[in-house]
Amino acid sequence: MNSEANVAQQSLAGEMRAATKTIPWTETFYWCVRRELWEHRAIYIGPLAAAGVYLLGFLLTLHRLPHQMRAALADPSKMKALATPYEFAGVAIMLVAMIVEVFYCVDAFQGERKDRSILFWKSLPVSDTTTVLSKAAIPFVILPAVAYITLMVTGFVMLVLSSMALAANGLSAAPLWTQLSLVPNAFGLLYHIVTVHILWYAPLYCWMLLISAWARRAAFVWAFLPPFCVGMLEKLVFGTTHFATWIGFRVGGGMEAEQGSGMMPSTHLTPLRFLSDPGLWLGWIAAVIFLALAVRIRRNREPN
Amino acid sequence: MACIEARGLRKTFGTTVAVDGINLKVEEGRILGLIGPNGAGKTTALNAILGLTPYEGELRVLGRDPWSSREELMTDACFISDVAVLPRWIRVSQTLDYVAGVHPRFDRAKAEGFLAKTNIKKTNRVKELSKGMVAQLHLALVMAIDAKLLVLDEPTLGLDILYRKQFYDSLLNDYFDGSRTIVVTTHQVEEIQDVLTDLMFIDRGRIVLNCSMEDFEIRYAEVLANPDKLEAARALRPIHERQVFARSIFMFEGADRQQLSALGEVRTPSIADLFVAVIGGQTTAGGSR
Repeated sequence: MNSEANVAQQSLAGEMRAATKTIPWTETFYWCVRRELWEHRAIYIGPLAAAGVYLLGFLLTLHRLPHQMRAALADPSKMKALATPYEFAGVAIMLVAMIVEVFYCVDAFQGERKDRSILFWKSLPVSDTTTVLSKAAIPFVILPAVAYITLMVTGFVMLVLSSMALAANGLSAAPLWTQLSLVPNAFGLLYHIVTVHILWYAPLYCWMLLISAWARRAAFVWAFLPPFCVGMLEKLVFGTTHFATWIGFRVGGGMEAEQGSGMMPSTHLTPLRFLSDPGLWLGWIAAVIFLALAVRIRRNREPN
Repeated sequence: MACIEARGLRKTFGTTVAVDGINLKVEEGRILGLIGPNGAGKTTALNAILGLTPYEGELRVLGRDPWSSREELMTDACFISDVAVLPRWIRVSQTLDYVAGVHPRFDRAKAEGFLAKTNIKKTNRVKELSKGMVAQLHLALVMAIDAKLLVLDEPTLGLDILYRKQFYDSLLNDYFDGSRTIVVTTHQVEEIQDVLTDLMFIDRGRIVLNCSMEDFEIRYAEVLANPDKLEAARALRPIHERQVFARSIFMFEGADRQQLSALGEVRTPSIADLFVAVIGGQTTAGGSR
C-alpha cells in the first residue's frame, strides 16, 4: 500500500518535472519592469524629491497666503494668482520626470553592456523583444503614472496646508477649493500627460532607446548631437530652419506659436483634432521602427 | 540526440577568422573541457552555441538553432560567462525574485539552500560581495535551474584557490547527475583534470585535439627518461621534449607503454603539459618534431 503510494508520488513528481512549467508572457514582462525599477530608483525618487522640495518651498511661503487671500477677496481679478503655485508644482514635477526620462532612456541599454550584466540577462529565457518593451514601459507608462500620482497628491497636500493656514487666520478656504476644483484639474492633467507626454513624445523616447542600444559609448552625445548638427548645417547651407522648427515642434509638444496656450496646445484640446493630426501617426510609425531596430541591435550586441 | 552538434561552424569578424569550420559533437552527460590559448576562438564558439552571436555553418544545441531561438534554448540551457557579470546594483534577494519570476525551471528553495552554506546575506548588494562570493551567488542561481546544458566560460577567473576548488566541488557534488552536460573553459587546466570526461583543445579557430579522458590516458604517455636512454627515446618520435631539473621528459602519443617503460618512469601527462606539447610545440618547439 505504502510503496504503491510512493511509486505513484514519484511518478507524479517525474511528470511534473518533465512537463515544463511555462511562464506567461505577462509575468515575465512584469518582472522585467520590476527589474528596471530596482536598478533605476530615480524613476520614483526623482518626482518624489521634486514634490518634497516644492512642498518645503510652499510651506516657507505659506505665511503670505492670508494676505494674498484678503487682496483677492477685495479684488476678484487677483483670485487667479492663487492658482499659480499649483501650476508651478505641475511644471516642476513634470520637468523632473522628463529629465529622469531622458537619462533613463539614454542609459537603458548602454548600462547593461557597460557593466557586462547583459551576459547575465541573456542567460535567462527572456526575449530581446520583451526586454526592449519592458524598458520602453518606463517612459511610456511608469514615469507618467508616477508623475501624475505625485502631482495629484502634492496638489492635495498644498490645498490642505493652505486651508489650515487660512483657517488659522480666520479666513475661509472655500474660494481656493472652488477656484482650483480638483476633479476637472485631475482630468485635464491626465489628458495632457496622455496626449503630450505619451502619445506625442513616443518617437522621442524610442529614438533615445534606439541610440542607447546602438551607440558603443556616449549615447547621450549620439542622441542629441546629430539632430543639432543637421539643424545647424541646414541653417548654414540653405539659411533655413525647417529641421530645427520641426524638432522644436515635436519637443514643444506640438504647439504652434499662435495657437499654444500655456502647456496645453489648443489642437490637443479636442481629441478628434489631435487624433487626426498626421504628425501624431507619423511619430508612432517612427517610434515602432526605432523600437524594432533596438530589438535587432540588442540581439547582436555583446558587452562593451 | 547529441546535446551539441556543429558542422563547419565558422565565425569571422571582418577579416579575422575567430572560428574556422569546427565540427563537434557533445553527447549528453559529458563534462567537456574546452582548452585553448587566449584568442583561440573558445568564447566565440561558446557564444555561437548560446545564441549570443550569429554564425555560418550548421549548429544544433539541444535540437534547436541557438541564434533563431535563444529564448527557448535558455529554458534548457544556462551559462556563466565570465566572473562578475551579475549587475553590481542588484540585491541577492532580487536576483532570486527575478530568476524565479522569469525562469520556469528555477527552484528557489534549492538556491536558498546553496546560499545558506555561504556567508552571503540576502540583503547584500552584489557590489558589497567579494569576487569569490559573487561567483558563489551566480553558481547558486545556476545550479538551482534544472537545465540540460550548462556552459561555463572562465567561471573562476581571478578567484583564489579555495573558491576555485569549492566551485568545482559543488558543481560535481550538488549539480552534476550524469544526465546533464557541462562545457567549461578555463586557464586553470590542472584544477579540472579530474572533473572532465572529455577534452578538446582549440587553437586559432580550429580543434587540434578531441578525445575522452579515458582515451587521453591510453593515448598519451610521458616518460622521465634515464640519461642513457635519450637517443632511444628520441628515436621513438616523441611529440614533445622538455627539460626539468636537468632531466629530459618526453611526451608520446599512441606509443606502446611496455616499450616506453624501458626508457624510464612512465606516467600519464597532465592536461597542462599536453597543452604545451600540442599547442606550444607548434609555435616554439617546432624544431623538435
